[in-house]
Amino acid sequence: MVSKVLIANRGAIARRVIRACSEMGKATVALYSDADADAVYLSEASETAHLPGHSAVETYLNQDLILDIARRCGADSVHPGYGFLAENSAFATAAIDAGLTFIGPNPEWLAAMGDKVAARKLFSDHGFPVFAGSGLVASAAEAASAAQAIGYPVMLKPAGGGGGMGMEIVRDEEEVEAAFKRAQAIAGSAFDDSSVYLEQWIDRPRHIEFQILADGRGGAVHAYERECSVQRRNQKLIEESPAPGLDANLVAETAQKAAAVCGELGYNNVGTLETLFSRDGGIGFLEMNTRIQVEHGVTEMVTGLDLVQDQIRLAEGGLLPDVPERNGYAIEARVYAEDAETLLPSTGKLHVFKPPMLTGVRVETGYAQGQTVTPFYDALLAKVIAHGSTRELAIGRLTVALRAFEIIGVKTNVALLTSVLQDAEFLTGNVDTGIVSRLLGNG
Amino acid sequence: MARHEVESEVTGNVWKILLEQGAAVAEGDVIMILESMKMEIPVEAPADGTLAEICVAVEDQVEEDQVVAIVED
Repeated sequence: MVSKVLIANRGAIARRVIRACSEMGKATVALYSDADADAVYLSEASETAHLPGHSAVETYLNQDLILDIARRCGADSVHPGYGFLAENSAFATAAIDAGLTFIGPNPEWLAAMGDKVAARKLFSDHGFPVFAGSGLVASAAEAASAAQAIGYPVMLKPAGGGGGMGMEIVRDEEEVEAAFKRAQAIAGSAFDDSSVYLEQWIDRPRHIEFQILADGRGGAVHAYERECSVQRRNQKLIEESPAPGLDANLVAETAQKAAAVCGELGYNNVGTLETLFSRDGGIGFLEMNTRIQVEHGVTEMVTGLDLVQDQIRLAEGGLLPDVPERNGYAIEARVYAEDAETLLPSTGKLHVFKPPMLTGVRVETGYAQGQTVTPFYDALLAKVIAHGSTRELAIGRLTVALRAFEIIGVKTNVALLTSVLQDAEFLTGNVDTGIVSRLLGNG
Repeated sequence: MARHEVESEVTGNVWKILLEQGAAVAEGDVIMILESMKMEIPVEAPADGTLAEICVAVEDQVEEDQVVAIVED
């Protein structure tokens, strides 16, 4: 049994894990860097411990120090949250070797799913659909022959990276050589790994992901899908469940398939299987996220599950939850400290920070008024999640809540979020990953 | 010959410097990549010319509007 959880994270997710633990009667140890010394989550934990320094490398990525603190505090388990060390198999292994329960999938899973090319092959081998793609390609000539087999246009992607850097669309054979050189150069300089691979390019896809819970003994269930197509710079902005405007039977079948494959593979704890749905009815595996997801609250609002508590119960060897029928619609907007037009990050002191308190609205934030938003960590200020009996009501509640959210001191993306929520295409449920670029006038 | 001061658009730190002082640059070439809030923000040459000066080093903290490089055309 887990009785004292060290939370190797900060901000909104640290606060969320503390809340889940407190409700279960478990003690918590919260960590803070110099930049987070006045953070609001610290007052909610049973104990706190200091990680000297500001940068992520010195603090929330400092594995040795974090495990040393766990030992000194007498923690029996570690919850990695999302980001930082959440998908670091070396950290999970070190935690387990130190006698701690790692609240997440086994380290082998973190490693296996971190290799995007191998993950795709594993799911494909177990019958989950994938779009056409290649293994690693070592030269422009290899890339050209792989692209020929897949069919143009294709996407060249760095194997070791993410965040959209180094991705190149290749429309025909003449573009291969130059695109290959650019992708390889950027991959090498940005990720210290110049290997690249190819995937079929999908025009304006839908990003649909499936919430999985698994017991590591072959049992796995899904808690439905989340639609996450509204993105900027390949980062999600708005997520909702159920996914609008898709064949509900097809989505449900894919969810069943996702859970079945995860069960067959012996996956454990929670995870999210991300897919793309193409406009002509195709479905393809994108990746598996081996952690709690930023947008997990959307699923909680429509199912009544507490996914963080489920993570803890599953880590204790407990049973899978019964997943209820979905109730109504939930939609989340991520409020970022960034300019709504240029999308550049914004730092500063939160002179005013008043989250809305409204019926059917849940706000998850790691910030409070008077705190400073620093450049050291990500730009997420708050997640605002609204629930309603219909999609229209959920969107209406979210719009009202965003307008009522008072933030002075940093620039925010609220104007962009509300413009998406009022967009005619978005309201009809015709969402795709290009919507933000179109609204900003660059696509 | 004109001197173009290249300014950081954000508060953050210098993640990688991709070009060397004296390098020939074309408008839009990425000189360095800054990091702020886990985002990589490329700093591009504002004009064709020569990268006359790099005013920062890797891991330096930079403020919004700070001059990080100078391009001469």
